[in-house]
Amino acid sequence: MSTVSGQETVSIGTGAAPLPRARAVGALRAWLRLLGSEVGLTLRRPRNIAMLAVLALVPVLIGVALRTFGGPDETDGGPSVFGQVTGNGLFLTFAALSILVQLLLPVAVAVVAGDSVAGEAGLGTLRYLLAAPAGRTRLLGVKYANAVVFCLAAVAAVALSSLLAGVLLFPAGPITLLSGGTIPLLDGVLRIGVVVLYVTAGMAALAAVALAFSTMTEAAVGAIASTVGLVVVVQVLGVIPQLSVFQPYLLTHWWNGFDGVLRDPMATGEMGQGLLVFAAYIAVFGSIAWARFTGKDITC
Amino acid sequence: MLTVRERTPSATLPAEDCSIVTRGLTKRFRSGQVAVDALDLAVPRGSVFGFLGPNGSGKTTTIRMLLGLVAPTGGAWELLGTPMPGGTAAVLSRVGALVEGPAFYPYLSGEANLRRYDAADPAADPRTASARIGLALDRVGLAAAARKRYRAYSLGMRQRLAIAAALLGPRELLILDEPTNGLDPQGTREVRGLIKEIAAGGTTVFVSSHLLAEVEQMCSHIAVMRTGRLVAQGPIAGLRAGEAVRIRVETPDLAEAAAVLAASGLAQVRTGDGEVSAELGADAPERICAALVAGGVAVRGLAVQRPSLEDVFVGLTGEGFDVNG
Ligand SMILES: Nc1ncnc2c1ncn2[C@@H]1O[C@H](COP(=O)(O)OP(=O)(O)O)[C@@H](O)[C@H]1O
Ligand SMILES: [Mg+2]
Repeated sequence: MSTVSGQETVSIGTGAAPLPRARAVGALRAWLRLLGSEVGLTLRRPRNIAMLAVLALVPVLIGVALRTFGGPDETDGGPSVFGQVTGNGLFLTFAALSILVQLLLPVAVAVVAGDSVAGEAGLGTLRYLLAAPAGRTRLLGVKYANAVVFCLAAVAAVALSSLLAGVLLFPAGPITLLSGGTIPLLDGVLRIGVVVLYVTAGMAALAAVALAFSTMTEAAVGAIASTVGLVVVVQVLGVIPQLSVFQPYLLTHWWNGFDGVLRDPMATGEMGQGLLVFAAYIAVFGSIAWARFTGKDITC
Repeated sequence: MLTVRERTPSATLPAEDCSIVTRGLTKRFRSGQVAVDALDLAVPRGSVFGFLGPNGSGKTTTIRMLLGLVAPTGGAWELLGTPMPGGTAAVLSRVGALVEGPAFYPYLSGEANLRRYDAADPAADPRTASARIGLALDRVGLAAAARKRYRAYSLGMRQRLAIAAALLGPRELLILDEPTNGLDPQGTREVRGLIKEIAAGGTTVFVSSHLLAEVEQMCSHIAVMRTGRLVAQGPIAGLRAGEAVRIRVETPDLAEAAAVLAASGLAQVRTGDGEVSAELGADAPERICAALVAGGVAVRGLAVQRPSLEDVFVGLTGEGFDVNG
């Protein structure tokens, strides 16, 4: 019964083959619709907008401070991105990200990802989403995807505002790398893109942890505070010399591991290891979140 | 007659004619409390099924189990002929639900809230979403407040929005947990009218309430819960037919009246304060009246009493239905 015209075969649909495919396309569309709803809800929420605004403001403040008071003395150490900012505005992006990735970015991510399931449970909207029926695995997947979108938005907000402030406040041009060589401006912007993706991956790993906490409570504040508390504790553990053997397993240890992009050629070894650690955290905490959420009684 | 618990209702009705069937459905919470105990429900297709019971009798827990929100610790259930929870994804799109009151995003408008829930349903067509949302808001009388933030809604408006959410798509079954909670008498009447209208379209409506009077007029069937157990279920017409009709005599001659009633073959003769009553059965009240007069009883008043369903339920549940928890 197959016809030559492609349009016809779709409408007749005699074979068994097109049906599962059409169903898969429909399921994907519905998934994307729910993700769109989720992202819209996240990015329209005043609290989240305020967090993005603060994240975008910090690089401007750093830039103004460096411009007003000058960069740090370079006598006490080797070349640092901070020392480079006054010479080339593009370095402001690296400087701002390496500061914000310590606490402010993780807090913003913890707020959104920690709130994702617990917030709906607290509002009572979770029961209506599941009765819709959103599907537990499906909803959790969408929640995580939304958290990753927010991670990217937050990191991009920092990077874009740094770029803008850097170019406006300081000279911009070909970049002198930490290893000594020089790369063209456009190449530098591309490398900033690599850093944005790497930092987003690190934040996505934290989002998986926050999501797991979020499935365990009906109080969003609890999940958010647990995540932030964990980040702070792990940061502290990370600087205790006696515990240095554990460092490679700590999530926070790898967040800053993007210095390699400022070498020539790009040193990807540390970032590759970091990505492996991020993937491991996502797998473990994603599984915990899934096991908890799919087996949970929704009694609120 | 009422179907008493020992007779399994599913045996009296083939499961395929039911929108909801439960067999031995049980929920024991981790606290050890048995909220629902071996529930056998059979909700016929097309019925308006009143699920009655005082506060804390397990109605909401049952509804949560039906919707797959809470996992039963025992038993099985089917929705629209599909075994659950395996059929959740396929079936729940055809089921509208209101569970334990409204829940919405306070910072979104009523319309945006409905769009959010519609987006969660994988079977909902996004191209018709606006039309369906508009229609649902219209049906509950919220069209004018569609753009208002949910935070600014009154309790009654919130309840209506929850009903609108249950009406977002074409539904074969509506599960409404206390839909008239928080509504004023006018709102309650409107919801009753809406439910009747929906049922007239062929949708099965399963509606829980702790207030018998609020659902009595619109239900074709009822089930009664008491501390997690089903104490009765069946068609409401059968329930009314099964009631004992009593005759009540107002008289100063209590002993004589009681003797005459007993002599006339009436059962359950009770003497009260200035009155005597008995089960009338199939007897004609005028014959009893004549017998009383002939027996020299001073009849000051005579009434035939059909006890209200309320009385029946007080007996079944051990509580009045107007207790608020
Ligand atoms: N999450 C829970 N944990 C423990 N007990 C619960 C939980 N939810 C409800 N219950 C108990 O189960 C019983 C039935 O509650 P519920 O189903 O809400 O009754 P209804 O809706 O008829 O008022 C109540 O005694 C209640 O305290
Ligand atoms: Mg209840």
